[in-house]
Amino acid sequence: MDETALRQGIDNLYAAYTDCIDDDRLEEWPDFFVDDCRYLITDRESHAAGLRHGVIYCASRGMLIDRITTMRRVLVYEPHRYRHILGAARLGTVQDGVAEARANFLAVRIMHDGQSSLFVTGRYLDRIDVGATPLRFIERLVILDSPKIDTLLVIPL
Amino acid sequence: MSVQDAGFGKGINGPVPFPSNALSDVPFRVYTDPEQYRLEQERIFKGPTWNYLCLAGEIPNPGDWVATTLGEVAVIVARGPDGAVNAFVNRCAHRGNLLCLTNKGHGKEITCIYHGWSYDLEGRLTGVAFERGVKRQGGMPPEFRKDEHHLQRLRVAELCGLVYGTFDEDVEDLETYLGPLVVGGMKRVLNRPFHVIGRSTQILPNNWKLYAENVKDTYHASILHSFLTTFRINRLSMPGSINIDESGGHHFSQAKLDYAAEDADYQAAQLRADTDLKLEDSSVIEAFDEYGDQVSVQILTVFPNLVLQQVRNTIAVRVIRPRAVDRTELDWVHLGFDDDDAAMTERRLRQGNLIGAAGYIALEDGCVGGFVQRALQYNDEGGGVVMMGGHDAESQNFRASEAAIRGFWKKYRALVGA
Repeated sequence: MDETALRQGIDNLYAAYTDCIDDDRLEEWPDFFVDDCRYLITDRESHAAGLRHGVIYCASRGMLIDRITTMRRVLVYEPHRYRHILGAARLGTVQDGVAEARANFLAVRIMHDGQSSLFVTGRYLDRIDVGATPLRFIERLVILDSPKIDTLLVIPL
Repeated sequence: MSVQDAGFGKGINGPVPFPSNALSDVPFRVYTDPEQYRLEQERIFKGPTWNYLCLAGEIPNPGDWVATTLGEVAVIVARGPDGAVNAFVNRCAHRGNLLCLTNKGHGKEITCIYHGWSYDLEGRLTGVAFERGVKRQGGMPPEFRKDEHHLQRLRVAELCGLVYGTFDEDVEDLETYLGPLVVGGMKRVLNRPFHVIGRSTQILPNNWKLYAENVKDTYHASILHSFLTTFRINRLSMPGSINIDESGGHHFSQAKLDYAAEDADYQAAQLRADTDLKLEDSSVIEAFDEYGDQVSVQILTVFPNLVLQQVRNTIAVRVIRPRAVDRTELDWVHLGFDDDDAAMTERRLRQGNLIGAAGYIALEDGCVGGFVQRALQYNDEGGGVVMMGGHDAESQNFRASEAAIRGFWKKYRALVGA
């Protein structure tokens, strides 16, 4: 894949990922990851300190599926949605079919009663399998700018 | 209780009156009244209580300090040159400016940015900028003595690597305050050297007491948190206990792991236990009996602001920080032990999905207090009923009970009055 095609592929992956979440098609969300994946939500300070615990820590695609199953069928919370606003994707090194990429994001939370608020901002730090199509995340680290989370976090970011 | 204590004749300045002496009657206005919130700051947080401040491991070396809060009061905890832990208010003795502006630091002294007054790590005033004036003009008058202007100091105590502080001169020592039962519960969990593996803060849209009660509430756990019943983690039918100290304020509850436990009581109650669900990756609940006593859940509280949890192999300190009458911050400090191998660390990280702001058995606690707060908004006459398991605040060997919540109110009313 040449660099232009790779950049376009990553842009498309990023846009499709946030659409999937914001459009509430969360059953499709685990398909953005390879089976042996890692998905972590942490904050900037914890990440810089090398702390491995995450608010969400998934070390397999099965754990991602469980996140959605429990969210849909088990957990109790008020209905709400996100609107993600993505910054431009930046491509890092590409080696052995794995691309490093990053993008900044902002997520607004819209409660069922229409109350909207800035929920989180942060940065995605990604390792992407670019050796096959469609492109999939090997690792997606969601590094929040703040360690404070309002009320709860149940829909993935 | 005198008429004055009940709030009569004191206008709005007294504590919210309780309808009776029964610990099972809790007036709703205690969660909504700004004056009650102010009284709690004085009589509970600045009163005769030991408040969790930080981990001793956060300030390992002389010169290390952290800035934190006790109630709403900004405080500094520092390790002095002699290795002892000191705590003092984060407020310059000169004009009241905040001394430490960041969460942590290191140095021989702390200097106020406003006028350059400096203090050693025991809170003594060591330097005053231009104390002798400039060119023999100005400066402090001769009667000014630096040793009369130290920072307001707190008493500190340490147990199991946790540092506590109090403003009160007379409160009993920490272990007496906790009582041998709760000290035993704490030593069971923090039984070897540990370190921090993660942190986060959850903003709770509710009064701090709603969360303090929530963690003492063994009744709600397997009803609200249906993940527990669905995946058979902590049913009320499992053997367990509630252990409450004599003051009522501190407690720990335990549940043992027993997959053979009957779920007939759930089916009878037609609760929403969804037994056909299976986890794709069950590593999130695969626990190892690391204490060798089959206890899979232990929730321990120290009045007013500390929760120490063992939920399977997740160990965490939760700190309840009141921020307004209807707003609380809950700090989560996730711990691992220094002797954990790679597999044990991975186990703790995976089980970490159970707890915290996104936790399968914790996230509901982030919203349920807010639901109560919303329901009470401008509709706070009357009160709640806390009668499950009787009227007392005594230890019990069953968990379908609100005894530990009654213990909270026993301690609370002894301090706040009414």
